[in-house]
Amino acid sequence: MRRIFLSFIVVACLAALPFVAPAIGQPALPSLVARVMIYAIAAASLNLALGAGGMVSFGHAAFFGIGNYVVGILYYHHAEGVPLFGFIPGTDQLLITLPVAILVSGLLALVIGALALRTGGVQFIMITLAFAQMLFAFFVSLKTYGGDDGIIVRNANTLFGIGLRDKTAVYFVILAVAVLYFLWLNRVLGSSFGTMLAGIRQNEKRMMSLGIEPFRYKLYAFVLSGMGAGLAGALMAVFMRFVSPDTLAWTKSGELMIMIILGGVGTFVGPILGAAAFTLLQTYLAGWTEHWQLVLGILLLVVVLGTKGGIQGLLARFRGSAA
Amino acid sequence: MTTILETQQLVKRFAGLTATDKVSFSLQEGHIHALIGPNGAGKSTLIHQLCGNLLPTEGRIIFAGQDITRLAPAARVKLGLGRTFQVTSLLGEFTVRQNIAAAVQVRLGRNLRILDRMTARHDVWEEADELLGRSPLGKRADIVVDDLSHGERKQLELLVSLAGRPKVLLLDEPMAGLGHAESQDMIDVLRDLRGKVTILLVEHDVDAVFALADRISVLVYGRIIMTGNAEEIAASADVREAYLGNEDELC
Repeated sequence: MRRIFLSFIVVACLAALPFVAPAIGQPALPSLVARVMIYAIAAASLNLALGAGGMVSFGHAAFFGIGNYVVGILYYHHAEGVPLFGFIPGTDQLLITLPVAILVSGLLALVIGALALRTGGVQFIMITLAFAQMLFAFFVSLKTYGGDDGIIVRNANTLFGIGLRDKTAVYFVILAVAVLYFLWLNRVLGSSFGTMLAGIRQNEKRMMSLGIEPFRYKLYAFVLSGMGAGLAGALMAVFMRFVSPDTLAWTKSGELMIMIILGGVGTFVGPILGAAAFTLLQTYLAGWTEHWQLVLGILLLVVVLGTKGGIQGLLARFRGSAA
Repeated sequence: MTTILETQQLVKRFAGLTATDKVSFSLQEGHIHALIGPNGAGKSTLIHQLCGNLLPTEGRIIFAGQDITRLAPAARVKLGLGRTFQVTSLLGEFTVRQNIAAAVQVRLGRNLRILDRMTARHDVWEEADELLGRSPLGKRADIVVDDLSHGERKQLELLVSLAGRPKVLLLDEPMAGLGHAESQDMIDVLRDLRGKVTILLVEHDVDAVFALADRISVLVYGRIIMTGNAEEIAASADVREAYLGNEDELC
């Protein structure tokens, strides 16, 4: 009950933010929070594979980036008026671009997962990383889509005829998608599938001896995880109105991983807290010193060594000692 | 009496070592059949082959009329071949009740659904509670497995495999590491299962074996040297020599 109540308050605050922010002299805050929400979706998706499924993917930038590029490429063909491969027309309709981004990243996750999940441990980490880097190299060399420079999505997407160039409109779209995503994720974790996945993470041998084929479940989780990351990447393209190969780089995979480690691996709110902490730190530390990564690194060390289970773990312990 | 599980001339060789040497034995439906033998006799290797974790070099395994020699472990479980582990293997972060529910859930299927609610699958929870109600673990239902004692884990291990409603249950040393009182409890629980489930019991505890088993097979150096009931085994000079060494009494 308390959790539902708390979520309502958070969503209400987020909904009020675009109206409150200028009044308190923080007009840039909604944009920052929008980025936090997008990264929260991406980090929570990675957490579905890493935390809930025990699959340490170091290549989730592949899905984030491909979602990003789907929006960019569809926009490019829409703006140029030339169909992709000669028969797929471009579009700037959010109701088409988002589902296509989810679908494409899901298919990509199916391919990568089907191959990578035949291994485990360090090999799994390296294979996911390798796939992401291959994709990165591929898009950097694609001169049609800007190569190194990426694609500028000049006119953003439209939803029901509303242009999403408008910062408030896109903010509310992101908020709505984030709320729906986390409601969905909550259902998944509490479902029959979520229970089996939790079992497999804890003890794969046991689940096999009960009659479960772990591969299928892990692959399914990996695909769902990739789809979520793709959704986040697509939102990022719509929001930034810019598609960048940076979203495919291994550093992006690393950032997503840092977010969930900061927030608390395997927990529901951990990735949200981690995405918020990381994005805020990055923004404010970068404003303070250009060596912000040094400070972030030290903070990460403190969190990993000093807390059990990141920010979420710390909060839980405070609550525990208060009660 | 019908044969439910049998091996035919089963051989398993590891580089230079024959761990299972032309083992042919049959398990009669409804029996508790014990497999005993000194350390290194190849009991675990045999169990692994029956479960499908190891593939035999030669020979066949027939379960309920079907050749399962090359079948994957999960597929054997679906046919009704359950097992427990020597070192307990449970879901450590789940409670006792959740562990049993997971086993029931696997048997009932429909587990790739991502938008149902586990808490709303009343059939699963009812069955788990029913199993728990009949067990001394019932009062520990909401304890997380990592917090259970060794004896309780052994009991839970058995309950979890029963939740899969196996036709045949392979018990890999269910008494290992238990104190005398706990062993006695386990013997009582297993005795209650007689006639309901066919059990292949691999066990070191000779007292337990003699108290429970309808038939006993003695495995020495990968070979079954004798199969018989408790009296026959206890009376056999071969078994004494091979298994009990030159000790005068059964220990």
